[in-house]
Amino acid sequence: MNTLTDRLRPLTGHRLFWPALVLVVMILANTVYRPGFLAVEVKSGHLYGTPIDILRLSAPLILVALGMTLVIATGGIDLSVGSLCAISGAIACLHISEAADPNSPSTVLTALALAFGVALVLGAWNGVLVAVIGIQPIIATLILMVAGRGIAQLVTEGQIITINSEPYRAIGLGHFLTLPLAILIALAAALLVAAFTRRTALGLIVESVGGNAEASRLAGIRSRRIVFLVYVVSAACAAIAGFMVTANVSSADGNAAGLWIELDAILAVVIGGTSLAGGRFSLSGTVLGALIIQTLTTTVYAMNISPQTSLLFKAVVVIAVCLVQAPAFRARFRRRRRGVEPGPATPQREKEQVPA
Amino acid sequence: MTGDRPVLTMTGISKTFPGVRALHDVDFRLFPGEVHALMGENGAGKSTLIKVLTGVYGTDAGTVTLAGEQVSFSGPMQAAAAGVSTVYQEVNLCTNLSVAENISIGREPRRLGAVRWGEMRRRARALLARLDLDLDVAAPLGTYSLAVQQMVAIARAIDVRARVLILDEPTSSLDAGEVAQLFRIMRQLRDEGIAILFVTHFLDQVYGIADRITVLRNGTLVGEYRTEELPQFSLVEKMIGQELDVLERLDEQQKRATVAPDGRAPLVDATELGRRGAVAPFSLRIHAGEVVGLAGLLGSGRTEVARLLFGADRADHGQVLVDGGRAPLRTPIQAIDRGIGFCSENRRAEGIVPELSVRENMILAMQAARGWLRPIPRRRQDELVQKYVQALSIRPANPELPVRNLSGGNQQKVLLARWLITEPRLLILDEPTRGIDIGAKAEIQKLVVQLSDGGMAVLFISAELEEVLRLSHRVAVMRDREMVAQLTNDDTLDADRVMRTIASGTPREEVNR
Repeated sequence: MNTLTDRLRPLTGHRLFWPALVLVVMILANTVYRPGFLAVEVKSGHLYGTPIDILRLSAPLILVALGMTLVIATGGIDLSVGSLCAISGAIACLHISEAADPNSPSTVLTALALAFGVALVLGAWNGVLVAVIGIQPIIATLILMVAGRGIAQLVTEGQIITINSEPYRAIGLGHFLTLPLAILIALAAALLVAAFTRRTALGLIVESVGGNAEASRLAGIRSRRIVFLVYVVSAACAAIAGFMVTANVSSADGNAAGLWIELDAILAVVIGGTSLAGGRFSLSGTVLGALIIQTLTTTVYAMNISPQTSLLFKAVVVIAVCLVQAPAFRARFRRRRRGVEPGPATPQREKEQVPA
Repeated sequence: MTGDRPVLTMTGISKTFPGVRALHDVDFRLFPGEVHALMGENGAGKSTLIKVLTGVYGTDAGTVTLAGEQVSFSGPMQAAAAGVSTVYQEVNLCTNLSVAENISIGREPRRLGAVRWGEMRRRARALLARLDLDLDVAAPLGTYSLAVQQMVAIARAIDVRARVLILDEPTSSLDAGEVAQLFRIMRQLRDEGIAILFVTHFLDQVYGIADRITVLRNGTLVGEYRTEELPQFSLVEKMIGQELDVLERLDEQQKRATVAPDGRAPLVDATELGRRGAVAPFSLRIHAGEVVGLAGLLGSGRTEVARLLFGADRADHGQVLVDGGRAPLRTPIQAIDRGIGFCSENRRAEGIVPELSVRENMILAMQAARGWLRPIPRRRQDELVQKYVQALSIRPANPELPVRNLSGGNQQKVLLARWLITEPRLLILDEPTRGIDIGAKAEIQKLVVQLSDGGMAVLFISAELEEVLRLSHRVAVMRDREMVAQLTNDDTLDADRVMRTIASGTPREEVNR
């Protein structure tokens, strides 16, 4: 028994072990409930099936959560991403709906560039509020979270803009190499952000700023630039997510597009093992976290849980996931089960003291 | 004076952290009415032993007995309730709360659930009066100096009817007068029958107050001794486990000869540099290869001088020339670009990034100077880190450990390495040897001499005059946020004269800058 635990320690000690385990358990539960859950079939050259759906639907959340990971790693938070989704989607759809030929690629590209540019400006606005003026991130981004919905409403003039553009629709529902385009875009974004942070020193510097901002300043890090940058990156990710969300339904609804996605994104980041206090971050953890959340949503539908109880069901699962992940909780649970107190194998995170 | 039965016994204590064996089979006992010094180098296991005792950490093996009963505290609160109170090295109080609130936080006097504020303040005043402290108990704690905050922490600790009082380096930020005051309080408490566990790095203080000494080394027990039976010399030997030649050689070293001004422009030339509310305008020249000591009492403006020269704070008066050219030092980056490095005295808040690894902490300043687009290749990082882990004998020698797992002295060395890697021309060291053990202290002093011989200029700030005099070519004296004198460290200069300058504010002979 003991030797088995010891042998498994490198595995169970890995950062991603618990999120991955949660995902596997969820998939197993679904498969037991509905044996066809994992079935994937090829229809007219494209892959179809529940797992593919989960991947496709989780793409916007993965994107938003990637940007959110960097923001949270600097010790900040970005509440405005949902509104940014709505704004970017609205601008893109508006441009396409007003164009002479909604199906021409150049129209769609112009629309995307326009909306993306506006999102970058709004991200820069967040960045200035936080990094230059020094407003607390939660307040600074709350401004755009609330006002952004208004901006999106203004863009759509309070209507739902419906468009009929094949190239735009493809962002949400298209396929490439048998896979949904959306998941490939999200994957590419994840790889890009990973390269951007881990191949350069950006990741280290973000973690340093989040870990101890004053010490980083005294070490010569231009923290302001870095903090500014992560809000812009977060806005860029949100904009692409906004394209996907609106492309899925071929319409832009200033009220509903990207609603509450900021909260799901924060949850995905936390489930992925990045601390809300800032510092160390894990992009792969975040991607796992986003997949867990989407799997959960799909499970709720697949199991025919009534809409009245589905939110409660989700909440219970989320609490369980967070508890399973918490080293302190697992240690206590293990202790109770064995009836003896084991020496904690790892110093617990919340105790920051230094052994000396 | 000492009771015949120990109030506290720890037997066979072992504790391992990932990658670090912090304690191995350590015994410790504490008698009522004694001051017991726990001695050892950084990383010897002193703090770990205390944290095991107070329940901050669990143990891997061993037992703790308090007044004949085996105990295992779940945390400092429970330990305090049982009569084991701790005052930590770095004050762990809330500076935004009032003095009275800090003293009674967690056990406020209540009536029907409501806090009785009047009673709380009355109690706080009574308690402070017992310690001969005259403070406004309604004022925020942050308005008082670190030293006073330390005293308040002690007041808080003895308020809980302590049988055992643990003082973990309480004196590291106190000046001589304050230390005397603290000792008076400690003797008073001892005579009341409280057992005091005292951790310090100051040998004089151990011999000034301790009745008994326990020495730890590398997480193991070296022995327990009565103070009068252990000469200072053997104590140091037992702590570092080697001959004292390093220290002796440094002591034998003659006064540092003044670097002759060779006609070249000074490396750094500050004229009437000042900042309102921080430090009065001062002028200071530092040449390449020169060690300038900065002496003065706590709060005399030493750190403020350093921060202005590094651009950590913005000067609102005067100017700085570097290599003879105007150099605006408004941000740390501007200073770093001109070859200035700064090790802050406040290691925890302004130095380390706790969850990053030793390696990452070391390369941080160099990486910041290169910008994030040009990462230092991993092989180069490993070379640099390996070199300084060896050169500064950083323990444990695993660069991938989070730096928070290291002891205070080793964290200090990591910070030194962070700046040495940038190859600065002027290194500002603010209290680099505070709170670290004698072996590491000697190593750091030796390093300063080597660096200056190699042409690096050093601004060396320390509360310990002997240290300043041993290393410096010149000593600038601070008093009440003003630079009152600059003295050449020749044969006529001794601690006594520096002290008199600090006290009177007028040097008998001012030396040309």
